[in-house]
Amino acid sequence: MATNPVRKTAVWLLFGGIGMFCFALFVLPPLYDVFCEITGLGGKTSGPYTQEQGAQQNGAQQNGTEQRPVDLERVVKVQFVATNNGAMPWEFKPLVQEVKVHPGQAQKVAFYARNATRRDMVAQAIPSVTPISAAKFLHKTECFCFNNQPLKAGESADFPLVFFIDAELPRTVNTITLSYTLFDITKQGTEQKAEQSTGKNTEQDAPPLAAVL
Amino acid sequence: MAHGPAKGIGRWLFATNHKDIGTMYLWFSFAMFLLGGFFAMVIRAELFEPGMQIIKPEFFNQMTTMHGLIMVFGAIMPAFVGLANWLIPMQIGAPDMALPRMNNLSFWILPFGFALLASTLFMEGGAPNFGWTFYAPLSTTYAPPTVNFFIFGIHIIGASSIMGSINIVSTILNLRAPGMTLMKMPLFAWTWLITAFLLIAVMPVLAGAVTMMLMDINFGTSFFNAAGGGDPVLFQHVFWFFGHPEVYIIIIPAFGVISAIIPTFSRKPLFGYSSMVYATSAIAILSFVVWAHHMFTVGMPLAGELYFMYATLLIAVPTGVKVFNWISTMFRGAITYETPMLFAIAFVILFTLGGFTGLMLAIAPADIQYHDSYFVVAHFHYVMVAGAVFSMTAAVYYWLPKWCGRMYNEALGKTQFWISFIGFNVTFFPQHFLGLAGMPRRYADYSLQFTDWNMVSSVGAFIYGASQLLFLYNVISTIRSGEKTDDPKVWEGAEGLEWTLPTPAPFHTFSTPPDVK
Repeated sequence: MATNPVRKTAVWLLFGGIGMFCFALFVLPPLYDVFCEITGLGGKTSGPYTQEQGAQQNGAQQNGTEQRPVDLERVVKVQFVATNNGAMPWEFKPLVQEVKVHPGQAQKVAFYARNATRRDMVAQAIPSVTPISAAKFLHKTECFCFNNQPLKAGESADFPLVFFIDAELPRTVNTITLSYTLFDITKQGTEQKAEQSTGKNTEQDAPPLAAVL
Repeated sequence: MAHGPAKGIGRWLFATNHKDIGTMYLWFSFAMFLLGGFFAMVIRAELFEPGMQIIKPEFFNQMTTMHGLIMVFGAIMPAFVGLANWLIPMQIGAPDMALPRMNNLSFWILPFGFALLASTLFMEGGAPNFGWTFYAPLSTTYAPPTVNFFIFGIHIIGASSIMGSINIVSTILNLRAPGMTLMKMPLFAWTWLITAFLLIAVMPVLAGAVTMMLMDINFGTSFFNAAGGGDPVLFQHVFWFFGHPEVYIIIIPAFGVISAIIPTFSRKPLFGYSSMVYATSAIAILSFVVWAHHMFTVGMPLAGELYFMYATLLIAVPTGVKVFNWISTMFRGAITYETPMLFAIAFVILFTLGGFTGLMLAIAPADIQYHDSYFVVAHFHYVMVAGAVFSMTAAVYYWLPKWCGRMYNEALGKTQFWISFIGFNVTFFPQHFLGLAGMPRRYADYSLQFTDWNMVSSVGAFIYGASQLLFLYNVISTIRSGEKTDDPKVWEGAEGLEWTLPTPAPFHTFSTPPDVK
């Protein structure tokens, strides 16, 4: 087969083309996710905060059991925004517009959601942080966005969120806006609850490739 | 000669001869050019006055989408492939393309791809209406059901391009005549070699992008759906990773054409041949690392904006080298202004103008103002129309006597040039003003203050459109009844292997390889 030089060139080029197709389909999306995860681009917050992560980030001076240092000198304003995607009919809003927190201090807030329609629905909230440089310093220990949220017709609920700001937050950032966009996933949600349940933030139990595919 | 062309329709259906396939590519692309041009006329007719007169806004969106898709994938790209089929074997002393049967396949799937795409116009829900860049989620969640036809159409068109490119690279790397080293090749062969590599690298990425769309729409994946963990911005990155090399795929063969025509009519060898080769390669390599300058407003960090801005500005350097070389070739040459030369000079001037507006758009802070305005429309039409289409027209006038052994009507050719040149500039120059004044692209209606320049632009568009019919007439009348010529050189200043062949070029050429000194 490879004796004919023309055929040899053509086969090489064909494999090159197929390789680029696979690159676009199987490498680019996970690569993009990893890139965003590392840099915080796109303003996405990472998954549930764990002690190991904290130990890694804060270095040797802190072991897993110790309480986080709270920087009482600094005050960071955290604002909350709630948006409905597309034609999502739910009522969705933060119970407090903003809170002032010390870095390291855990804070609990809640978002109010009401399914005013006559059908049972499932929603998924997708977070976004502005400025994007602050995204990787906002840690959530508990968030309604980690799971999809079913509400029966006419039902309402307070969705909880517990977070703290990393003490390493750059000095230039004094205000962080945390926005949630609520998506209607009733169709997908009922079909594949298990896979969809944690949305973006599945990297603890699954590699990025599997998370996307 | 062993045998001539087959008789009847079989000659075309089962064609393996590079000249026949090249001819089919050229006619097909011209048909697509007229179709896409007709869509452009519909757009300009609607935009002649503010308010809705002729068509509905939904249909306007279909027109802009189909105009872009057909012009890029149906008119310009196949036109250059047709030119490559005709010329590359003749320029490098090869008897035919390296893979003639694949050549046949790569042409014949094209009409099916475009039939699939164009048929959506007659379907329920209408044709794709999300712009030729088909950003998700507009092209996934909110797309008309015909989007699936669009996706398969793109797959077929992409397969055709990839096969055509594999053929061109295989031909150039394996079938050159003895003594024809790479650095002796005419620049048209060089630019196509580089273009073919770009195509093989990025057409699969486009196929990947539409495949992800297909899966998001039909199989419940979430590549571009934020609710399921995907990201719509990913689409823009993947698309422009294809899209930016794509714009060079369109323009680089044009560089090759211009580099053949200017020396002929300046009666001087091309200035800086090797720097042309290196500059073209540099442009091709840089095209892979600048894609995000199309998406400065997407919310990038400062470092990203700075990187993509400077990398983009860097492309001006090799491009400047090329423009400098063309001008230096003309400098103190014995220039005559035949129609191909007129188009070539207009190419250099107008392409450079389009390059300058490109530099303006590359400046990230300024781009936030220009983004998605008519300024962008003006910019890319200066490089696509005055760049690619003018160079194609120049190429047809330049090589047509060689192909069919008849001279075109010079007076008619020059008339067509001036009507095209004036029509083009009247159409697109005012769009710079419209864009700077804030008129957004892709809308069926506009505010009253934009009326005057839109009217001017529409009038120019009709003039330019009419000039293409004149071109069609000139080509047909040349083939049927042009003045016969059998001078192998046709143009006294022409150099290269194709001009050593008899005129008109026989069905089989270089069955025994020529001796290249």
